[in-house]
Amino acid sequence: MCKRLRLFHKFSLGAIFHTVPYIAGAQTMCKRLRLFHKFSLGAIITKYLDMIYYDKVTKVYPDKTVAIDGVSLGIEPKEFVTIVGQSGAGKTTLMKMLIAEEWPSDGAVYFESANIHRLSKRQMNKLRRRIGMVFQDYRLIPNKTIYENIAFAMEATGRNDREVAADVPHVLELVDLGHKIWNFPHELSGGERQRVAIARAIVTQPDVIIADEPTGNLDPTNTYEIIRILQKINELGTTVLLTTHNKGVVDTVKGRVITMDKGKVVKDDKNGKYIL
Amino acid sequence: MVFTPIKRIIRSGFVNFWRNGFLSFAAVVVITLSLCTLGLIIFTGVFGQALINDVKDKVDINVYFALGAQESDILALQQEINALPEVASTTYVSSDAALAAFKNKWQDNALIMQGLDEVGDNPFPASLNIKAQDPGQYGAIADYLTNKNPTDASGTPLIEKVNYEENKLIIDRLSKIIPATEKAGTVMALIFVVVAVIVVWNTIRLIIYTAKDEISVMKLVGASNSYVRGPLVVSGALYGLVSGILTLALMAAFAYWSDTLILRLAGVEVASDFELVVNVLSNYFWANFAEMFVIIIGSGVILGALSSYVAARRYLRV
Repeated sequence: MCKRLRLFHKFSLGAIFHTVPYIAGAQTMCKRLRLFHKFSLGAIITKYLDMIYYDKVTKVYPDKTVAIDGVSLGIEPKEFVTIVGQSGAGKTTLMKMLIAEEWPSDGAVYFESANIHRLSKRQMNKLRRRIGMVFQDYRLIPNKTIYENIAFAMEATGRNDREVAADVPHVLELVDLGHKIWNFPHELSGGERQRVAIARAIVTQPDVIIADEPTGNLDPTNTYEIIRILQKINELGTTVLLTTHNKGVVDTVKGRVITMDKGKVVKDDKNGKYIL
Repeated sequence: MVFTPIKRIIRSGFVNFWRNGFLSFAAVVVITLSLCTLGLIIFTGVFGQALINDVKDKVDINVYFALGAQESDILALQQEINALPEVASTTYVSSDAALAAFKNKWQDNALIMQGLDEVGDNPFPASLNIKAQDPGQYGAIADYLTNKNPTDASGTPLIEKVNYEENKLIIDRLSKIIPATEKAGTVMALIFVVVAVIVVWNTIRLIIYTAKDEISVMKLVGASNSYVRGPLVVSGALYGLVSGILTLALMAAFAYWSDTLILRLAGVEVASDFELVVNVLSNYFWANFAEMFVIIIGSGVILGALSSYVAARRYLRV
């Protein structure tokens, strides 16, 4: 269904008209038609059916580096999407936009049809609670214990103490770290820290997990372990967005693979392999 | 439900304070030093005021009455003088009392006592000791007395002499120096307060800076601004509270030791000559303990909490 709609979008009236002005060269016409395209049926329907929708997003950093160059991308619920590309291809920027850590220079990012960058502060906090982030550098809070790190994410979403006390040990068992519950992050190995970060991301039962190079600092065994956990989470119904430049990871995952290069999507493969 | 986040914020603030032991220690040291500056300003002010009062108290003018003046006339005049707005107090010394005081003072000196005996009659006139509210007002009081020139029923002038002219020079100087000293003291105090505030403010800013990654992570997992900021503000207030308690203890110790120390350093053997200065700090400290407590602890806590609150703002914009 979605596929068909996306196809529809590709050939929607708006999109077709969109190309006409360039041929005709009429500037005012072009503007009006581009506006029309923005509200074209195809775009609207895709936006509403996809969970996450990047609408011609461009990001230019203040030093004029173009990180993302007109990317349009839809992600359906419960998908496991791997984004590959060399360093500097714009993967991380794309992920950061989802939690509004970065703002697009042009275009818009929609989460369940709401423009992320137009949300109020309160709505933004709510959105972030529905998205679990896993970073390459773990980003655990150094002076909180493992238990407190995970409890914090729950407390931020307003869970009561009883829920926190029940869920935190449970989620740590899930990532096989039940015995390190009272340790501090600096007492853990890289792989263990990343598992804590995943536990923190999933404890609030988010709709999307964004894992930005989660295995970048890990050895193959730990890498495999992390990917296995992410796949398990995905099987339980959570959308997973994973970025990586590790070929092994992509071949293990066997899901949709989006290849990025120099800020552009160069390949979007339903059952992808790692090709650069 | 409203209570839970507050409980968590306070607990988290305490835990932060404890776990960041080294940072907390550094902050407490800096804030304590700054609050001690504040304490020293208060003490300097009190001590300076005591010294000034002591000097002011030693400045007075005496009105000597004619030997034949009736006590009732003098007392009537005292009533009148007391009513003047410039006058702080008056003390009447009758000629008998003056004689008794003289005898008491020189009782061990046979020569003087012998001389007094030879005079026979009481040579001391009755006098009125006048203290003004302010040293600058003695001139006006003296003028008032000279102009009025009170007489008794028969028309004989009551007043023999007012010793203003002899004391004029020192009175004039004091009335100039004292306000200048007070003004300079206020300006110095303000400068020190500003310096202390800037030092505390920047220390807290550095502490919050070290937590900036933590703040952004908290924001990214969806914590609201107040939930991230709350523990930082609680920690800041705790720095202030601990520093305030330390400062009060230091001030109490300082007040206790300084009273005797200052006099000893000044080489004063007879403390009674400086009775207004003796124990002035400890007396003041304990008499105004509640006020000191509020000032020192209050400024510590408010400064710590407010600095944290403001310093966290720039890292919350994630």
